[in-house]
Amino acid sequence: MSTTGLLSRNKIHPLRLALFISCGSILMMFGALTSAYIVRQSAGNWLEFDLPNLFYVSTGVLLLSSVTLQACYSAFGKGHVTLYRGLLALTLILGLSFVILQFQAWEAMFDAGLPLKGNPSPSFVYVLSGLHAAHVLGGLVSLVVAVIHGFRLPVLATPRRKLRLQLTLTYWHFMDFLWIYLLLFFVLQR
Amino acid sequence: MSSVITRPQNEETFIEEDGYDDHFHDHHHGDKYQSNFITKYIFSMDHKMIAKQFLITGMFWAVIGAAMSLVFRLQLGFPAGDISWLEPFLGKWITMSADGVGSLSTEFYYAMVTMHGTILVFFVLTAGLSGTFSNLLIPLQVGARDMASPLLNMLSYWFFFLAGAVMFASLFLSTGPFSGGWTAYPPLSALPQASTGSGAGMTLWLVSLTLFVVSVLLGGINYVTTVLNLRTKGMSMWRLPLTIWAFFVTAIIGILSFPVLVSGFLLLMFDRGMGTSFYLSEIFIGGQALDHVGGSALLYQHLFWFLGHPEVYIIVLPAMGIVSEVLAVNARKPIFGYKAMVFSILAIAFLSFIVWAHHMFMSGVNPFISNFFVVFTLIIAVPSAVKVFNWISTLYRGSIRFNSASLFAIGFVSMFISGGLTGIWLGNSSIDIQLHDTYFVVAHFHIVMGVAAFFGMYSGVYHWYPKMYGRFMNETLGQIHFWGTIISAYAIFWPMHYLGMAGVPRRYYSFNNFDFTSQFGAMNAFITIAAFVAFAFQVLLIINFFYSMYKGKKMTTRNPYNATTLEWTTPIEGIHGNWPGKIPSVHRWAYDYGKFGEDAIAQYVPVSEAEAIADKELVH
Ligand code: HEM
Ligand SMILES: [Cu+2]
Repeated sequence: MSTTGLLSRNKIHPLRLALFISCGSILMMFGALTSAYIVRQSAGNWLEFDLPNLFYVSTGVLLLSSVTLQACYSAFGKGHVTLYRGLLALTLILGLSFVILQFQAWEAMFDAGLPLKGNPSPSFVYVLSGLHAAHVLGGLVSLVVAVIHGFRLPVLATPRRKLRLQLTLTYWHFMDFLWIYLLLFFVLQR
Repeated sequence: MSSVITRPQNEETFIEEDGYDDHFHDHHHGDKYQSNFITKYIFSMDHKMIAKQFLITGMFWAVIGAAMSLVFRLQLGFPAGDISWLEPFLGKWITMSADGVGSLSTEFYYAMVTMHGTILVFFVLTAGLSGTFSNLLIPLQVGARDMASPLLNMLSYWFFFLAGAVMFASLFLSTGPFSGGWTAYPPLSALPQASTGSGAGMTLWLVSLTLFVVSVLLGGINYVTTVLNLRTKGMSMWRLPLTIWAFFVTAIIGILSFPVLVSGFLLLMFDRGMGTSFYLSEIFIGGQALDHVGGSALLYQHLFWFLGHPEVYIIVLPAMGIVSEVLAVNARKPIFGYKAMVFSILAIAFLSFIVWAHHMFMSGVNPFISNFFVVFTLIIAVPSAVKVFNWISTLYRGSIRFNSASLFAIGFVSMFISGGLTGIWLGNSSIDIQLHDTYFVVAHFHIVMGVAAFFGMYSGVYHWYPKMYGRFMNETLGQIHFWGTIISAYAIFWPMHYLGMAGVPRRYYSFNNFDFTSQFGAMNAFITIAAFVAFAFQVLLIINFFYSMYKGKKMTTRNPYNATTLEWTTPIEGIHGNWPGKIPSVHRWAYDYGKFGEDAIAQYVPVSEAEAIADKELVH
């Protein structure tokens, strides 16, 4: 892009900084919803229920995908072509599985007699995890782009491509962190 | 006495020697941005063009929003008047009585009030103001080629455009646009069957504002990144002009508060579409009980005002930044208390996040919690007063150039004082029992936010017009515009304080039926006439704006005001990348006016040894 000429003086790439700021923005959105949860909960008439176990399974999958993507990034830097491509594909699969598992968790909640409408307590869980899943889908799109690059382009760790992968990685870790926050919130704020 | 300042002989050649070389012009990518009509004028990625797009779109919305206010002011000022002549424009929203008298339909009255608020707050005073000037000035004043991401910057404009298109479409719905007030409180906003505007109108309102938030976030992320990351060599944060500080902090507030609004909207969408009960509880409509239970309407108010209050500072801070800069340039004096100004901006920004419930004193929040919000609300008056004091001190004993820009800047200070004082009344929860939801509040926020922010914007338009179009606006017309506007604006909003103190409620269609309100008929008529006069003076601005684009006095030198900031070192005809060669390096703050007898010393001028010694002596 046209402004990247100044990069040589920057400690952090402007796009990376922009991504951090966006993460802050997303965090505010979830912070608002969890605050709303607390406010509404303290008003009483609040249904208590157990989270479906699938949420714990999906958590493991998401954590694992963060590890594989991190390893993939370092393999890319070191030029280990097969490892890099394999881990990239694996991350994508794990990411997709996470979304599917979330979907199944919602089904499990629904089957347990906790519909979306009705008492706001389950509604909040649907909305919060759903909004998170929507953000994960955004991450999956950038993973798909990374996979296409990984398999179509020659594997060369140019600064530009490293930056690309790094941005995907940062966002993906953030999704991970966000989900852990939500899960802990659900578990502790009962 | 010979001056201690050593000026470079020639600005351009000096910048080529001393400036920062980012090798921007080595690769010829610059031109692909402006190669044809579409990339130059429509899908432009050049911040200067995007600024103009924001400004002109903002002007379009200002005209529409203001015209709406005239429509409902007609109803309030002349409730018995015949407005059948508006039928060609408003169609079925004019109801005709048997004897042929046309009046505004009640639904449409509420729709107009709602749209007026939404359009002015978001499209005009947020996008039109900070969109325009952050885009124009951030790269130029920090010394950057463009925004951090020109692509996201372009998208920011187009999301704004799309938001506008959706809102515009909602005006033509057969059920009319949303009509439940700009704050969109449930249940009117949550139940599609609650009022005519609550169905399709509200759906489009939500879509539009969600697109708008995307625009604000894309823009804001770019502004913050550019300020933090793309300042030129020597441009430390403490050397930034106050305009940039204001835009920077505004962007941060937006990034932190708009997502909260989206959260509020998300729950609202679920309530509307999916049958959840976040905001709805035990509601009867048409004698029928709905099956929503367990929701809380207050929840929405918290989420809304967590954005809503910071939003008013998103509107006014950029105006404050512009005013600080314009006052310093035109008083030929350094801004008084630069650091105090920066710290007040930061303090206001911080406090703006912990006062939101002063909008909810009367909504049934716990009175003990209200106390907390009263205290922080009143504390905001402190940094606000510091700023006012500093502006006045900047003017004090300055050799003031009275021109359209500086007059509007001074007018801003006047408005901000008048409106800020009434804020202190409202901030006391006990006084607010009487004043809440009356015309007193309407007077307060129109003066302190509406008119003041417009004044800041006008000041900026007159001041930086040459930077945008290479020509000046007409001064005589500008000054007529100023005097006409300030007098008519006070004429509109001053009397509203009295209405409010007498308890006249806001958002009522008609006041004829109650003794305590009907006595104000003449005053309401007066206000309506003043509103029409004010509108007429704004037409003057629009004529001046477009006329000067083609016929205005041409700018012949780069720095017509002899100002210090970097935007006046760029060529008169704006070019892609802003500087033809290197970017100037910065050696001093932005306010060296009148230093050691020099009228102004630009930021790129190095500090000579003699000046450094003289500086030291000043300190001792
Ligand atoms: C000295 C500082 C200020 C204080 C103490 C203050 C206080 C208040 C209070 C308590 C209210 C609620 C009144 C009610 O609804 O009963 C209010 C309303 C409002 N204020 Fe201020 N204010 C201040 C400055 C500002 C500024 C600088 C702006 C904008 C730039 C602003 C914009 C508004 C708006 C838009 C509303 C009304 C919103 C609505 O109900 O539609 N205020 N103010
Ligand atoms: Cu407020």
